[in-house]
Amino acid sequence: MARILTRKKIVHSAGLLLLLSLPLLADAMGEPFLTTVCSRILIYALAAVSLDLILGYGGLVSFGHGAFFGIGAYVVGILTHHAYNAEVISYLPGDWSGSTAAIIQWPLAILVSGFFALVIGALSLRTQGVYFIMITLAFAQMLYYFMISLPTYGGEDGLNLWERSSLPPIDMYNDQEFYYLTLALLLGFLAVAKRIVNSRFGMVLQGCKQNEARMKTLGYPTYMYKLVAFVIAGMGAGLAGGLAANHTEFVGPGMMHWTRSGDIMIMVILGGMGTLYGPVLGAITLLLMEEVLIQFTEHWMVILGPFLVFVVLYARGGIYGWLIGKEKDDV
Amino acid sequence: MTLALFLEQTLNGLQQGVMLFLMAAGLTLVFGIMNMINLAHGSLYMVGAYVTASATKASGNFGIGVLTGMAAAGLTGMIVERLALRRLYSRDHLDQVLATFGIILTFNELTKIIWGPQALFLSTPEWLSGTVGIIPEAPYPAYRLFIILVGLGIGLGLRHLIVNTRLGMLIRAGATHREMVSALGVDIDRLYTAVFGIGAMLAGLAGAMAGPMLAIEVGMGEKILILTFVVVIIGGIGSVRGALVGALLVGIVDTYGRAFLPMIMRGFFDDPSTADNFSASLSSMAIYVLMALVLIWRPRGLFQAYGE
Repeated sequence: MARILTRKKIVHSAGLLLLLSLPLLADAMGEPFLTTVCSRILIYALAAVSLDLILGYGGLVSFGHGAFFGIGAYVVGILTHHAYNAEVISYLPGDWSGSTAAIIQWPLAILVSGFFALVIGALSLRTQGVYFIMITLAFAQMLYYFMISLPTYGGEDGLNLWERSSLPPIDMYNDQEFYYLTLALLLGFLAVAKRIVNSRFGMVLQGCKQNEARMKTLGYPTYMYKLVAFVIAGMGAGLAGGLAANHTEFVGPGMMHWTRSGDIMIMVILGGMGTLYGPVLGAITLLLMEEVLIQFTEHWMVILGPFLVFVVLYARGGIYGWLIGKEKDDV
Repeated sequence: MTLALFLEQTLNGLQQGVMLFLMAAGLTLVFGIMNMINLAHGSLYMVGAYVTASATKASGNFGIGVLTGMAAAGLTGMIVERLALRRLYSRDHLDQVLATFGIILTFNELTKIIWGPQALFLSTPEWLSGTVGIIPEAPYPAYRLFIILVGLGIGLGLRHLIVNTRLGMLIRAGATHREMVSALGVDIDRLYTAVFGIGAMLAGLAGAMAGPMLAIEVGMGEKILILTFVVVIIGGIGSVRGALVGALLVGIVDTYGRAFLPMIMRGFFDDPSTADNFSASLSSMAIYVLMALVLIWRPRGLFQAYGE
C-alpha cells in the first residue's frame, strides 16, 4: 500500500523546506550570522555524505577522509595564491599562473582529490579490516606532515585565500548567495550519490559490504568496485574542501589533520550510516552542538567526548533512523 | 659523512625505535587478544608524561616520578577498560574507533583543565645528564642510552612474560581460543583487564621517559599514536616480535631520513634552501613510504600474530 504521506516524506519535505528558508529565517530573527554558520554545516555535510558512500554502503572504514577534504582546499588555495601573485606554477608544464575562476578551480580540486584517492585507495584496499583503518589514517597524516614541511605554501601557517573563487553571476561574498550555492551543490551530490547507491554498481558495493567472498565467487572484481567508490568519495570530499577554503578564506594543514577525519566520521555515524541523508543530520547536530556548547564552556570537548562514547555504546541507529522509524530500509 | 656521525644517528634511531616499541607492544597485545583497536593508547602516554612531571616536581626524584607515572597510566587504563572499553570488545572496529576517539577528546580536555594549556618541561635527572664515550670522538647523551637499555630490558622481560609464565600462557591461549580458555575456568575478564593494564603501563613508561626530551603538551599522545600505528602495521597486528622489529625499522628510517636526506639532497640541488625544503618534506614522509612498501610486499605485515 503506497501511502501519499509517509513519515519519511514528511521528514524529508520538512528538512528541505527548513534548509531552503533558513537564510530568510535568519534575517527575520535578526541573526544573519546564522547563514554563515549554516553554510559551514552544509560544506561538512557534503564531506560526510561522500564518506557515507564508502563507509555506509561499502563497509570501508576510511579514517583518512580529511586528507581529500584538505587536498581540495589546497588546490583552490594554491591556484588563488599563484593567480594573486601573478606567479607561474613552476612545477607544471607551460607557464600557467593559476586562476581564480571557480569553473577551473573546483573541477581541478575534484580531479586532484580523485587522483590522490586513486593512489591511496589502490594501496590501502590491498588490506582489510583494521589494517585499512590504520593505513588510511597513516596516509592522511603523511599528507598532513608533507604540507606542514612545505614552506612554499605556508607550511604550518597555511595560506590566506586573498580572493574567493569567482563564479559569475553569483556573488561569492554575499552570505545568502554562498549559502544557496552550497545547498545546491549538496543536493546535487545527494542526487548523484542516491543514483550511484541504487545502481547496479551500488548493489555490488553493498554486496561487498555484506559478504565480499560471495561477490568474488559470483565473478565480480570487488577490488575495482571498491576502488572506484573510494575515488568517487574522495572527489566529493575534495569539492567540500574547495568550498571550505572559500568559506574560511584560508587553507592550512589543520584541514587534513586526523581529527578532521574523525569529525567527518562521527557525523556519518551520528546521523546514521548507509542512509545518505543521515550524515547531513549528523553534520548539523555535531556542528550545532559545538556552537552551543562553546557558549557555556571553553572546555566543551569534555562534554562532547563522553557523549560520543555514549552514542556508540547505546544509540547506534543514528538520528535519521530515529526520525524515519522503520521505513528507512525502502530507499 | 663520518663514521662517528653515522653511529650516533644509529643510536638515535634505536632510541626512537625503543620508545615506539613500548607503545606498540601494548597496542598490538590489546589488538591481538581482545581484537580491539584502541586509539586512546596515546592518551595513556600523555597521562604518563604529565603525572611523571608533576610527581618528579613534588618528590624531587625522577625515579619516583617515573614509577608514579607508570602506575597512573596503568590505573587509568584499567579504569577506562572497566568502564567503557570492555563493552566494545565484541563490537566492530568502527565502534571501537569512534568510542576511543571520544575518549581521546575527553582526556585531552581533562588534561587542559587539570594542568592548563601551557606545555610542561622536565629536566633530565642529574645522574643521567652527562655523556658517555661509547662512540670514539662523539660523546653520547647518557639519558638516551638509558632509554635504549630500559627499552631492551622491557622487551626481554615481555618475552619472558609471554613465553615462560602462566599469565603469558593464558595471553597466548586467549588470543587463539577465547571460548576454550574461559570454558577451562579462567576468568577471561580479569585476564583482559590485566593485559590492558600492562599495555597502559608500558605506554605510561614511554610517556614518562619522553618527558625530559619533549615538551609535555596536550596532543603529544596523538603524534606518537600515529607512528605507533605505522609500527604495528609494518610488524603485523597482534605480534609483539613484529612490534619490536617494526619499531626499530621505523625509528632508524625516520632518524636516518632526517639526518642524511638534507646532505644527499644538497648534492642534487644547487640552491641549498630548495634542497632543505625538499628533504624536510621527504623525510617527514619516509616512514609512510616504508609502510606502503611493506604492505605491497606483505599486506598483513611482517610477522603473524599468535591467533593466526
